[in-house]
Amino acid sequence: MQSLGDAFGLAVALVFSGDADLLEIVVLSLRVSLTATAIACLIGLPLGALVAIGRFPGRNAVLIVMNALMGLPPVVVGLLVYLHLSRSGPLGFLGLLYTPMAMIIAQTILIAPIVAALSRQVLEDLHAEYSEQFRSLCLTRVQTVQALIWDARYSLLTVGLAGFGRAVAEVGAVIIVGGNIDHLTRVMTTAIALETSKGDLALALALGLVLLVIALGVNAAVQSVRMTAARQAYA
Amino acid sequence: MRDTLAMTSVPITAPRPAGPILPLAVRDLVLRFGGTTVLDGVSFDLGPAGCTMIMGPNGAGKSLLLKLLHGLIHPTGGGIDWAGRAPAEVTARQALVFQKPVLLRRSVAANIDFVLKARGKTGDRRDALLDHVGLAHKAGQPARLLSGGEAQRLALARALATDPEVLFLDEPTASLDPASVLAIEAIVSAALARGTRIVFVTHDIGQARRMADDVVFLHRGRVAEHSPADLFFPEPQSAAARDYLNGRIVV
Repeated sequence: MQSLGDAFGLAVALVFSGDADLLEIVVLSLRVSLTATAIACLIGLPLGALVAIGRFPGRNAVLIVMNALMGLPPVVVGLLVYLHLSRSGPLGFLGLLYTPMAMIIAQTILIAPIVAALSRQVLEDLHAEYSEQFRSLCLTRVQTVQALIWDARYSLLTVGLAGFGRAVAEVGAVIIVGGNIDHLTRVMTTAIALETSKGDLALALALGLVLLVIALGVNAAVQSVRMTAARQAYA
Repeated sequence: MRDTLAMTSVPITAPRPAGPILPLAVRDLVLRFGGTTVLDGVSFDLGPAGCTMIMGPNGAGKSLLLKLLHGLIHPTGGGIDWAGRAPAEVTARQALVFQKPVLLRRSVAANIDFVLKARGKTGDRRDALLDHVGLAHKAGQPARLLSGGEAQRLALARALATDPEVLFLDEPTASLDPASVLAIEAIVSAALARGTRIVFVTHDIGQARRMADDVVFLHRGRVAEHSPADLFFPEPQSAAARDYLNGRIVV
């Protein structure tokens, strides 16, 4: 067991050494979580938009379910995906268990409701402002959704960021469906859990540092884009 | 602004569909919200051409009447007959400019492009439209950073991009400076001269005198008077209109 100071020093040295194992884990983490975020946005944004502009029976129930799903426990999502992808499961024939694809599926399920629920709120507020003008222009539902998503694009960036943050930081789902296999499905969070339990705090801390830097970097990038947009009154 | 109008060489209007949506017949129109009756048996007719001013004190139901005529809200009772045309078709052949322009979070040019594209119209009229309202030099600028007068001119250009046969204006010059008011009036007058039917809500008596062919005066949810402008201003027929024009409080 290293002292915290020693571990931190080793962690910094590891980050700057360009360690191949560390890099591999970071790249896989980003690949899995960014892909999951992209797919979740493709599913969640139109869904959020339809609920935002739609008035249909049971809408309130849909809203409650959407908001409740934001708090899906990652381990439960992992377990459900595991049950479906395991050899005896309905999708077992695909052979996806313990692959990055399984992790992408699990994270997509985890964050699509977040993207849907948050984008619904953003788009509903914008729709309240635009709806009379759009009805005057006789826009179709598809035209309305397209225009709302485009005009809310900078706010929706933050929604995507919230989804990405949740995906890249969760450990419960990916460890169940990915298995934390070295050089195959080991991502930052599962590696941190493993190395901590092994007592290798240097690698765990190094990965933790990278995770923090990524979180800071992505937030800073999105924030600067939003500030630029706000100066032009586009956000 | 008038010079700008004269210089416009590219046509800003497109051919219109067959079959008129005018004249308009409004009969016994009733609008209730909750327990409040906003319009209570409004009836009047509008001919195929000209500029009708809808006037009346605050709360008389003027803006809601415009939205009813445009099909944005539905009446509690009574009928609106646009020459027997279906309501959805009628809305598409009209445009409404709101008191507070709702501009998209895009450039000035993109606000026009959006409407042209949504309506399946060619985009080559955008520059002519912007030129027409004196905003050609601001085409690339963010629409929501325009001044109040510029924003309203853009809203007008966007409305004109739909080639409306009826143009509704809901106090478009409220809170604008005199130069901006005249600029808006020049654009509306040009549309009127091209045959667009204008229905204009205003509190500005001077503006009504300059623009109106006839005046529908609403009071307490009813039409107190519908008179030609050359009769309404010198000799209002209703006591409420007389008080309103004389600057006395009408409630």
